[in-house]
Amino acid sequence: MNDFQIKEAPKEYDVIIVGSGAGGGMAAHELTRAGAKVCLLEAGQHFDPADPKYITQLKWSYESPRRGTATTHRHFGDFDAAYGGWELDGEPYTTKDNTKFRWFRSRMLGGRTNHWGRISLRFGPDDFHRKDIDGLGDNWPIGYDDVAPYYDRVDKLIGVFGSKEGLRNNPDSIFLPPPKPRLHELLIQKANKKTGIPTIPARLSMLTKPVNDTRGQCFYCGQCGRGCQVYGDFSSSSVLCKPAGMTGNMDTLYYAMAREVLLDKTTGKANGVSYVNTLTLEEKIVRGKIVILAASACESARILLNSKSDRFPNGLANNSGVVGKYLNDSTGASRAAIVPSLFDRKTYNEDGVGGAHIYSPWWGDNKKLDFPRGYHIEYGGGFGMPAYGFGWGIDSVNGMFADKNGNKKEPGGYGKGLKEDYRKFYGAYVHMAGRGEPVPLESNYCEIDPDKVDKFGIPVLRFHYKWSDYEIKQAKHMQDTFEEIFHTMGAVPMGDKPNASNNYGLAEPGAIIHEIGTVRMGNDPKTSALNKYEQAHDCKNLFCVDAGPFVSQGDKNVTWTILAMAMRTADYIIDERKKGNL
Amino acid sequence: MKRRDYLKNISLSSLGLAAFNPDLQVAELLEAPKVPKKVWNYGRTDPEKKRDAELFAKTFFNAHEMATIKILVDIIIPADSRGPSASATGVPDFLEFMAKDKPELQTPIRGGLRWLDSESIKRFNTKFKLISAAQRIEIVEDIAYPKKVKPGFSHGTNFFSLMRNLTATGYWSSKEGIKDIAYKGNVPNMWDGVPADILKEFGVGY
Repeated sequence: MNDFQIKEAPKEYDVIIVGSGAGGGMAAHELTRAGAKVCLLEAGQHFDPADPKYITQLKWSYESPRRGTATTHRHFGDFDAAYGGWELDGEPYTTKDNTKFRWFRSRMLGGRTNHWGRISLRFGPDDFHRKDIDGLGDNWPIGYDDVAPYYDRVDKLIGVFGSKEGLRNNPDSIFLPPPKPRLHELLIQKANKKTGIPTIPARLSMLTKPVNDTRGQCFYCGQCGRGCQVYGDFSSSSVLCKPAGMTGNMDTLYYAMAREVLLDKTTGKANGVSYVNTLTLEEKIVRGKIVILAASACESARILLNSKSDRFPNGLANNSGVVGKYLNDSTGASRAAIVPSLFDRKTYNEDGVGGAHIYSPWWGDNKKLDFPRGYHIEYGGGFGMPAYGFGWGIDSVNGMFADKNGNKKEPGGYGKGLKEDYRKFYGAYVHMAGRGEPVPLESNYCEIDPDKVDKFGIPVLRFHYKWSDYEIKQAKHMQDTFEEIFHTMGAVPMGDKPNASNNYGLAEPGAIIHEIGTVRMGNDPKTSALNKYEQAHDCKNLFCVDAGPFVSQGDKNVTWTILAMAMRTADYIIDERKKGNL
Repeated sequence: MKRRDYLKNISLSSLGLAAFNPDLQVAELLEAPKVPKKVWNYGRTDPEKKRDAELFAKTFFNAHEMATIKILVDIIIPADSRGPSASATGVPDFLEFMAKDKPELQTPIRGGLRWLDSESIKRFNTKFKLISAAQRIEIVEDIAYPKKVKPGFSHGTNFFSLMRNLTATGYWSSKEGIKDIAYKGNVPNMWDGVPADILKEFGVGY
């Protein structure tokens, strides 16, 4: 039976939330607890890392026929918890004017929080008003003090480890105890005492101590990226959506790919969301009194731009014309090195938590540098479980170092001598990655491609993105810094140093998966889509709680701020409902 | 059964059976050594299960290619006092799977194996599989050193480098390889820092 009539559920919800990642999960958690009847739309499938049918944690490399390498279904490897990647079958996007942008999407409960590195940094006071400091970009309509109480609540609800450092622009959280550094991390810390680059315990959301009786304590398998069966780390699916569902106040609709936010023509308010069921391809409508977009910065912008009406010919909540503009991703550049003092070292279990136990917050003074914004350094290394890719390129190192007798090998080779080389270099690599703040530009944007639709018939995004000299100079500084640290610790950098010809290794926009800015906040409705509560200037019962509202990136990873801001917006919604304003 | 017969007969064989246990079925039909039935159970989504079933239902390398691969991977990683040879850990089967999983590997490996046979025939009048161990090493010596490529041997050297990489990855990520490299993790534990004797050895501490 073919029925082309759009199916509308009879129920009207208090709140419809589109997307179950960090922002949507937090909004769902807070609003269901306050008693609101919530409908959560998720474009992908259910996921629960404690359910054996989803578990990849503690599996051995040889339990995968491809030994854990990436596939088109999981771009971060066969064991990674995050489904999807930069390309999804039947869901294309395009780019404009030969620019490049890569858009990572994870269609599943919890979205990209199933993948992320769980680096949980607060923005600092400066990060909310960079324009005042360097004259570039814009200030946020709020300051650190507005968000600080919510950071506190997020810390307590979710849990983050770290150390009290009292760094002015890298505010401390309410920390659980940090894990001790691994050996290569101690060597990096020792070297950075000489270089003067602050290198402190990492700030990650894994439970080194329990925070409640529904989540277990970290057991140090180092595999947070695979999802944790005791919920010892943060992902929105386990920590927010699951308890939200348990209140009995939430219906989660899976395979629900949002098409448009629907508008009541008489009141001008949002009154529902239309979506495609991705399995049955049925067109459906769900009705609600309040609509919260949390589909990710670019997807939320896409939904708004596709929600065209007589009242909003440029897309909903887009009278300003800024929706889609000021798109920006963290900068990223990296380098690896080999540490001769670690050759042939004795092995022991140093899996630790899933990520580095140390990091370097931004230490520079941009007034004295030729680029305006900072970055932090993430470190890697240690005895990982050998998987696909292990041992690759041995010929680039096994001719570099002399043996006990002072003889150097011809690179490459075969046989028993080669087999010894892999053992010798195991656990002797270190890796550094800079993650920095770009200057948001109006000329970096996503818009609706006038020609293309995805397999659901939804017009797709077209990106236009170019790094400016600021970001390229920042990447150069990263590369110089990495070499300085490597040399100080006696490590030998691998490969050629990235240079001007390759933008100093600056990653393509979108590669770092920290997109923000496309539905930005501000006090002026002419230059922003949302007010300081992430509420649409043009449509009072419409909110956006992913990183779309963010005016700037900070030299921090944005997830902790998404969580704090979504919690703040949920508080505002509850408050406004009580006052009868919504 | 010959390959052509296999192709002809695939419609006659139970498709349900082929889908149920495709690797076993295909192996049997091609008269290759039987692949023991292995259950892959590690949190796959439905689209992943479907794709993997399709890959397992196909066979890429023929018996001659598999025999040559087995010889080659054991030249690259032979048995020694700490671990077995590459083929003893299933590296040839791993390569067979990877050639289907990453089709971009197919032509470099198949073509490289042809190059190897052609070189062997030029020098010794027969295929690589059939020459002596010493003769094989004579050819390998000419393609095993990518920074010192003999004129005319760049293609063979590229092939050997690819085989070195794949063999190493396959060996070290196998059960035996992980034991050999002495990786101690992937078990629940209580991390309390680097062991004291190692801190002392490296002159660092907490």
